[in-house]
Amino acid sequence: MGYEPQADFGTPAVTAQTRVSLLIDGRAISVPTGTTVMRAAALAGGSIPKLCATDTLKQFGSCRLCLVEIDGMRGTPASCTTLASEGMVVHTQTSRLEKLRRGVMELYISDHPLDCLTCSANNDCELQDTAAQVGLRDVRYGYQGDNHLGAAPDQSNPYFDFDPSKCIVCSRCVRACDEVQGTFALTIAGRGFESKVSAGVASDDFFSSECVSCGACVAACPTATLNEKAVTAIGKPERAVITTCAYCGVGCTFRAEMRGEQVVRMVPWKDGKANRGHSCVKGRFAWGYARHQDRITTPMIRNAITEPWREVSWDEAISFAASEFKRIAAQHGNNALGGIVSSRCTNEEGFLVQKLVRAGFGTNNVDTCARVCHSPTGYGLKNTFGTSAGTQDFDSVEACDVMLVIGANPTDGHPVFASRMKRRLRQGAKLIVIDPRRTDIVRSPHIEADYHLALRPGTNVAVLTALAHVIVTEGLVDEAFVRDRCDQDEFRDWAEFVADARHSPEFLAPVIGVAAQDLRGAARLFATGGNGAIYYGLGVTEHSQGSSTVMAIANLAMATGNIGRRGVGVNPLRGQNNVQGACDMGSFPHELSGYRHVSDPAARALFEAEWGVPIDPEPGLRIPNMLDAATDGLFKGIYIQGEDILQSDPDTRHVAAGLAAMECVIVQDLFLNETANYAHVFLPGSTFLEKSGTFTNAERRIQMVRKVMEPLNGFEDWQVTQALARAMGLDWNYTHAREIMDEIARLTPTFAGVSFARLDAEGSLQWPVNAAFPDGAPIMHVDGFVRGKGKFVVTDYVPTDERTGPRYPLLLTTGRILSQYNVGAQTRRTENARWHLEDVLEIHPSDAENRGLRDGDWVRLASRAGETTLRAQITDRVAPGVVYTTFHHPTTQANVVTTDNSDWATNCPEYKVTAVQVTPSNGPSQWQLDYDAQSDAARRITATAAE
Amino acid sequence: MSGVDTTAKLVRMINQIVRNLLHDKDPVGAVAGHVHAFWSPRMVQQLRAHGSDGLDPVAIAALERLGQDHGHAAG
Ligand code: SF4
Ligand code: SF4
Ligand code: SF4
Ligand code: FES
Repeated sequence: MGYEPQADFGTPAVTAQTRVSLLIDGRAISVPTGTTVMRAAALAGGSIPKLCATDTLKQFGSCRLCLVEIDGMRGTPASCTTLASEGMVVHTQTSRLEKLRRGVMELYISDHPLDCLTCSANNDCELQDTAAQVGLRDVRYGYQGDNHLGAAPDQSNPYFDFDPSKCIVCSRCVRACDEVQGTFALTIAGRGFESKVSAGVASDDFFSSECVSCGACVAACPTATLNEKAVTAIGKPERAVITTCAYCGVGCTFRAEMRGEQVVRMVPWKDGKANRGHSCVKGRFAWGYARHQDRITTPMIRNAITEPWREVSWDEAISFAASEFKRIAAQHGNNALGGIVSSRCTNEEGFLVQKLVRAGFGTNNVDTCARVCHSPTGYGLKNTFGTSAGTQDFDSVEACDVMLVIGANPTDGHPVFASRMKRRLRQGAKLIVIDPRRTDIVRSPHIEADYHLALRPGTNVAVLTALAHVIVTEGLVDEAFVRDRCDQDEFRDWAEFVADARHSPEFLAPVIGVAAQDLRGAARLFATGGNGAIYYGLGVTEHSQGSSTVMAIANLAMATGNIGRRGVGVNPLRGQNNVQGACDMGSFPHELSGYRHVSDPAARALFEAEWGVPIDPEPGLRIPNMLDAATDGLFKGIYIQGEDILQSDPDTRHVAAGLAAMECVIVQDLFLNETANYAHVFLPGSTFLEKSGTFTNAERRIQMVRKVMEPLNGFEDWQVTQALARAMGLDWNYTHAREIMDEIARLTPTFAGVSFARLDAEGSLQWPVNAAFPDGAPIMHVDGFVRGKGKFVVTDYVPTDERTGPRYPLLLTTGRILSQYNVGAQTRRTENARWHLEDVLEIHPSDAENRGLRDGDWVRLASRAGETTLRAQITDRVAPGVVYTTFHHPTTQANVVTTDNSDWATNCPEYKVTAVQVTPSNGPSQWQLDYDAQSDAARRITATAAE
Repeated sequence: MSGVDTTAKLVRMINQIVRNLLHDKDPVGAVAGHVHAFWSPRMVQQLRAHGSDGLDPVAIAALERLGQDHGHAAG
């Protein structure tokens, strides 16, 4: 496929019930009312020259290049700001217009360097194209007058340059930053000839400004002023392939623009329904890890973790792994084996890993890293609504009137969706934030939360019960909704429970640490403010009452009638790209794909018929249970695809002990991760750029991942799993990932209508896709709940066992930041590292002062599980008594400190609450020193060439 | 070795389940149902072998009910 830039219709699409018909250059066209003449002309197949307009931004009307003539109208109106009307007759090409346009263009070009031939954007530049389009050949004024040609470029951003000498001051970048991204980092400083784009700080460079490096301005710039460094370094792309970001659960789609086997740039795809042409710094720029020198592309084995690695052929590695697993099964039984499915891998890869475990290892000991993030979502929403998934699509936010954001930090964790939330908030939607920390969405340009309930970590259920108390006792329940849609007895029990005086804001305020009147105000606003939508993240699930909190959220949505239409709903913001998919694919030890319990004989029979083996009707072990069984000497071998449990899971010492107690640990990954320090077999993995498959985002949207280059390790990850399965005696013969999806569709009722062919044709599908919903379901529970009647569940607040006391007086909560992703294995290996060189501990000024700490000091962070050291950052973002850190760097070892407490229903770890003490320190802890030494030793590779 | 007492952990887990299901109409049934749905048989066996020490009475009753209703004892 040759290279074509994305089509640009000049101004955004409008949706309207009515249409108007007009004639453009003799061609008849009908468009929705409210469409501009420019867009109508583009839809009719024509093209009007333009510079300041682009279809991702509101029309601006500054360049005067898009002039047209309209019968009966005086002068030459700008087509980008003139709306099409019924019967209009438009002329876009007349000699008068040509002359006018050439004159305008001449002014632009006279102040522009004429180095097109050597410019990185040559042949990919709107200014150049437009000059050609208007037939400009020469500049009458010459190039000697005042100009900006000597202005110095700003190369401070690691991914793109700003060369002001090429700027035509169209302000597309400024508008993109405001309208699309919502960061308001750029301004046009000065006036007239002096005007220039500015990142608005004293040093005036991009890196030190408010810029979050989302790339929206780069995508909007019609010249080479804002241009990717990679385009300069590699050259213009030659082909483009649509694929899906492998970082977070927003699921942005991109055009991977390629030159040969090299990615030149990732350009957000305008037709992508999750991102609508926007992106964040990770998906847009942080893909360089795919070719990082640390990548391991040759398989390795060793007999003991004290030995160095030995590079071997694929055959040797696979047969070593298979013979070890067969030996363990023979000696210790099938239940001594297990596997972990990664939420970063594709649906097809996840499905195959759980199939290998159930059908090949003969056990249900399979789990996914969703265990440590969203397993409570699955439990809570299935119980209350009947499906383990969010209820809305992202577009739904456009109709939301009150957003309740609880335990989520969307501007860092889900940045592209956060931009859409912020746009809606700037349009006037109200905002309630429930979070112990003052996250960025609480206060940002043109946005101020109506309520920020800065609760004590661990009191989510108490807060939600207090809100429910107000709604029930003040008569704010949506009676009609509850009567029609929910079980009445359960509702009455619940209403009686929350109405009890001991659940009033006044009674609970001291527990929660938030004033009663704020709790009352927030409840009233949510119940009476129009369409109320709840967005939540890991600050809800990663608690000892994670599942209860999810159910309390569902209760609140049902009580206020906020389910089953646009603008409302319960929306879990998923962490990793394919958390939803990994859960859907049957990666939990108790469930087959499509959330059917292993004890269900009908579901088992389907799989047994397709796979030709019996399925164990009893649940298997979850990740923490596997580790416990390992330390008890009962669990001996694990196959881990794409996960780094040593860094990501809580209580690192216990994870290390569990892994060390196993006889064969197989790690399949891109890099020698921390878990691989305890592995006996290392199988190199492939990146999302090197394989085919699908990811399912937080809106249940299934999207294609397309191979844009050959895997550096030689195989897609599903092929490696297939090789292992064959070596274990299973007769698998998939030749392409699409065949795995066909099997998923045969076995999973909610995926019955999904195939690669349909995804190719339609771009994406939101499950369920089956006879009842042939084209998928953007919004769920429209005509009734999947489980029948909505179920209110009484959720009593049970304080966590993790309490502060004299030894550990502070509460630690954890989270993440924009530029880094999860354990950082990928993002640390890109320039994104420059935004976050190390994990720091946020501590309130008063707590810091009590301990004699200054900003930047080394501190010792200790809990009953362990201790680590890191630097302190003094800030009032956190409340007194609360400290906060991230877990992106292995050297910090934040999870040495987190405990084995977990959610009562799912064992999802309680990352968000750990009682700690913080004291001054002068260097790394003994554990960090020991760990570094062990880690260096475990990573040794003997230099034997593989075949 | 991490020195983790995994049996003590199971005791803690089931007591935690009890505390969160106490408002159910039939707490014993709810706890038994939950354990049956999410715990591997080996975890149940390990807890049974440990006896009733430290277990909430509802948990003890649930483990008994589990044996009768689900044949989990043999698991
Ligand atoms: S990269 Fe994004 S945040 Fe930075 S200036 Fe451009 S639009 Fe604004
Ligand atoms: S940097 Fe690009 S988008 Fe911004 S004003 Fe200059 S030419 Fe326009
Ligand atoms: S990390 Fe998330 S928000 Fe950023 S580009 Fe990827 S999918 Fe989109
Ligand atoms: S494109 Fe219409 S005025 Fe610039």
